[in-house]
Amino acid sequence: MFGKLTLDAIPLHEPILVVTGSVVVLGGLALLAAISYFGKWRYLWDEWLTSVDHKRIGVMYIILAVIMLLRGFADAIMMRSQLALSYGDSTGYLPPEHYDQVFTAHGVIMIFFMAMPFIVGLMNFVVPLQIGARDVAFPYLNSLSFWLTAAGAVLINISLFIGMFARVGWLAYPPLSGLEFSPDVGMDYYLWALNIAGLGTLLAGVNFIVTILKMRAPGMELMRMPIFTWASLCTNILIVISFPVLTATLGMLTLDRYLDMHFFTNEAGGNAMLYVNLIWTWGHPEVYILILPVFGVFSEVIATFSGKPLFGYKSMVYATAAITVMSFLVWVHHFFTMGAGGDVNAFFGITTMLISIPTGVKLFNWLFTMYRGRIRFETPMLWSLAFMVTFTIGGMTGVLLAVPPADFVLHNSLFLVAHFHNVIIGGVLFGCFAGYTYWFPKVFGFKLDETLGRWSVVLWVTGFTLAFAPLYVLGLMGMTRRLSHYDVAAWHPWLIAAACGAAIIAVGIAVQIAQLYVSIRKRAVLADVTGDPWNGRTLEWATASPPPFYNFAVTPVVEGRDEFWIMKRKGWTRKLEDGLQPIHMPRNTGTGVIIGALSVVFGFAMVWHIWWLAIFMAVAMVAASIIHSYDTNRDYFVPTDEVERIEGEQIAQAA
Amino acid sequence: MTVLGFWIYLMSDCIVFASLFAAYVTLSGSMSGNPGNAEMFDLPYVAMETGCLLVSSFTYGLAILAMQKGRSDLVMRWLGVTFLLGLTFIAMEVNEFHHMIAEGMGPGENAFLSSFFTLVGTHGAHVTAGLIWMIVLMAQVTQWGLNEVTRTRLMCLSLFWHFLDIIWIGVFTVVYLRGAMG
Amino acid sequence: MGMSGIFTKLIKQTSSIGASAPRSWRLLPLAATLFLAGCDGMSVMNPAGQIGVEERWIILIATCLMLIVVVPVIGMVFFFAWKYRETNTEAPYAPEWSHSNRIEAVIWLVPCLIIAALAVVTWISSHELDPYKPIASDQPPLQVDVVSLDWKWLFIYPDFGVASVNELAIPENVPVKFHLTSGSVMNSFFIPRLGGQIYTMAGMETQLSLVANETGTFGGISANYSGNGFSHMNFKAHSLTRQGFEAWIEKAKSSSNALNLTAYAELAKPSEDHAVVYYASVAPNLFDSILHKLFVSDGYACLPPDSSLRTAAKEQ
Repeated sequence: MFGKLTLDAIPLHEPILVVTGSVVVLGGLALLAAISYFGKWRYLWDEWLTSVDHKRIGVMYIILAVIMLLRGFADAIMMRSQLALSYGDSTGYLPPEHYDQVFTAHGVIMIFFMAMPFIVGLMNFVVPLQIGARDVAFPYLNSLSFWLTAAGAVLINISLFIGMFARVGWLAYPPLSGLEFSPDVGMDYYLWALNIAGLGTLLAGVNFIVTILKMRAPGMELMRMPIFTWASLCTNILIVISFPVLTATLGMLTLDRYLDMHFFTNEAGGNAMLYVNLIWTWGHPEVYILILPVFGVFSEVIATFSGKPLFGYKSMVYATAAITVMSFLVWVHHFFTMGAGGDVNAFFGITTMLISIPTGVKLFNWLFTMYRGRIRFETPMLWSLAFMVTFTIGGMTGVLLAVPPADFVLHNSLFLVAHFHNVIIGGVLFGCFAGYTYWFPKVFGFKLDETLGRWSVVLWVTGFTLAFAPLYVLGLMGMTRRLSHYDVAAWHPWLIAAACGAAIIAVGIAVQIAQLYVSIRKRAVLADVTGDPWNGRTLEWATASPPPFYNFAVTPVVEGRDEFWIMKRKGWTRKLEDGLQPIHMPRNTGTGVIIGALSVVFGFAMVWHIWWLAIFMAVAMVAASIIHSYDTNRDYFVPTDEVERIEGEQIAQAA
Repeated sequence: MTVLGFWIYLMSDCIVFASLFAAYVTLSGSMSGNPGNAEMFDLPYVAMETGCLLVSSFTYGLAILAMQKGRSDLVMRWLGVTFLLGLTFIAMEVNEFHHMIAEGMGPGENAFLSSFFTLVGTHGAHVTAGLIWMIVLMAQVTQWGLNEVTRTRLMCLSLFWHFLDIIWIGVFTVVYLRGAMG
Repeated sequence: MGMSGIFTKLIKQTSSIGASAPRSWRLLPLAATLFLAGCDGMSVMNPAGQIGVEERWIILIATCLMLIVVVPVIGMVFFFAWKYRETNTEAPYAPEWSHSNRIEAVIWLVPCLIIAALAVVTWISSHELDPYKPIASDQPPLQVDVVSLDWKWLFIYPDFGVASVNELAIPENVPVKFHLTSGSVMNSFFIPRLGGQIYTMAGMETQLSLVANETGTFGGISANYSGNGFSHMNFKAHSLTRQGFEAWIEKAKSSSNALNLTAYAELAKPSEDHAVVYYASVAPNLFDSILHKLFVSDGYACLPPDSSLRTAAKEQ
């Protein structure tokens, strides 16, 4: 009846999990009670869960990302404190079977359920506004993408309290991740969470390519697109090319585990290196899927806060496109130590270095954007400056790792761990934070508190440096990654320092939470009534903050790059536009959230081998899609007088 | 716009198949003591299967021509023929799989057979999905006639169906012909 | 010869102790060593063998090359940020300026030049330091077969017919040729002070050439996560004098353990923190049969009927 699921699956013997579990359950119940008490169910369902508005979906993506950031950071704190303690006779507080789940979950969560949703969330909110569109090309598909991503995240969090998570490292190399060496449900949670979320990401990729190619405002030629939109286009092309490889690869591993196949097993001719090759064929472009959009964010932020157009726009576009293509030619650098020989290693080492050329050009472009500018050091700009320094160092250590003989001694070491955190925290995460602070007033109509914002930058940068500089040293001292215990005395002080760094980051996160709280309290003072709080350059600042659900009352006609800057120079003011027409908008639909919920149950049933339930859910998902295809009432027109009323209110507010 | 989106989706699906082809080619040497492909495959049988699918692509084309003339009755007729041909293809494939498993050549035997069943089976699953879609679409054409919605969907399914045809030509060449030549 | 030869010579000259390189060049690795050596016998910045020394040089050369561009970039970030701050109204402001062919040419060219130099280093060093390449020496290399197991290391000395678990002994200044595979999941064989690592994978053989140029005991690890016992999958690598090495072989030979198939099957079962064990004899072709996965857990059921291995196995 319940497959492999028994009451033993609930880890009542793990005090940490029991406490966390109780807090989550109680918190969840309190939330549900509060929603019921304030009678907000209807509002939640109508305005958020079933919403196909790209702005709402973008916000939900970012909320998901922030929640998962906290979860993934809790894992990080556990790892750093474990390693600060578990030297010599002390074994720390996390036995290997627990610690190994923690580092696997940390990697999977931070990449798939923190960084990806944050990036996709920013793209969702910003891209349609930047190109002067009213929504994305396929609004229902957008909602479905989000709910599939959320379903994966839910599944991974269920693994915390029912059963266990995988103990294989974030990329789950076989044969360790195969049935023979990981017979427990942890790997199955991993596979279903990623398969479901991966599908959501793929659909989002298709959606955004079509949106950017087909829905730009008249006059916005490709070479007039804001650089963030360019970066998003390239990222989504990467998504559409690389995520199918992930799906196929994880699919094969799933078949190995469920139907006793032999793709990657030690027996019957399986080939584990095939998996390693395939997973990095996805994995390396994934790195650029994360970093390209934040390059776009930094380009927007640095240009805006320097009061100048981006230097070398064309260089920037070509550099982005070059990185897109080249990211598929470097995957072998993740396993130089496989013994592929000098020719193969040298080839992939050099292609890897070649990517640093367009990346270096980008850095110079940002520098020359600042050159002869009038730089305002507000929080988004501070994140950008912090990024430029840390990312340069991370890039340097990355190129060092691309030299095969250097990699032979640094591969899998803490040096490597420090390198990719250097680019992922110093690049992706700082970029997400820059974007969050930059576009927050556009989303909610008020700025975030500046003082606390600056404090969070200082704390993050200090904590980050203290946490990861020691890891570079430890890597050179021969410490490999994923150890839960060690006997080398010389490592101990460095690991204590790293743990202190993590603690400072924790304070930085606390300050960010406080910043959000304080800003909401002070929202009247921090209000942005102009719609253009930073003296912005691109179209998203031309509409009100927060934008009306239809984004633009009249679709703008674009005359050049930095269109809003051009408009302002021509003396633009917010006024009621002439020639208002009824606006064509998509209707909300519950199908996305319903299919998302069904897919959680489906994944759960597959993890625990509850076959009847899995079949039932699969049929239900197909049925939901078919029912949705019968829904022909998908759009409506906003009448002119309502547009006029909404616009009138906003103009009155701005005046 | 929908057709463009669907086309991009198909390109990504194409990459799923490319990965499976890569796995198949890599693992096709890993027989682990089982008979070679030449003995495994009944080429004339597979040729018939292939014929069904190719003809079904042609009949789907006729359905699209009928759609362009606005003849929903002809559309229904050709979709019906396409459906039957597709169903025959799937039935023959299931039968082939059944025989292989009965003879001890199931997907769990060795890496080569795993990759064979996965590649061919994934294609089969796509065709099956296409058949379900076709039924739904036939019901909708009956109910609504040829309107903007059903026309777009017919075009998308058309792309899907021809795409599966092309993939199958790849499968037929790489798996069966190459296999039969040893 | 050509470029690659010159380069090798450069590495050798600058890296060998007492070389005629300028003092400042010699100080570089020394400084790195002092900073990172510690007293633990694990640091890759304190190599004890030629391969490790050359790999350290690659790290230092590549880092210096990149610093040529990295330092100015970081300097420019701070300088531009300070100079063009909003409050500094003295500084020029060019609100519409966004293009300069001259600057663009330079910012493409500088990274290209650095990467071109690095690419040369990479191409040559990837071939020179290919782990499969034998180390030039007047002595024939010592052959060691390595098998990673859950969670310990098995070392087989085919020339001496002995084996050991979690302890490796090699003679000083004699190149060692490792042949490696895995009896379980993937691991990575790594002795940080001797030089680079290489993966061990079931059903596949990898090779690694290393040499120790001084005597001593060096830590060895698995550098690829392999499950529960991974953190303690360590071994000691003893670099010994010729006499010391011979004595070690004798010690192994005088052990009462024999590594026959039954003993191997027992050893292959997962265990953590495994004690050091010596084996006086090793089943013939044991490494090859592990490599070709001819084993199943109960012994030799999978061996082909006419296999000499099967005969050998039966004789055990």
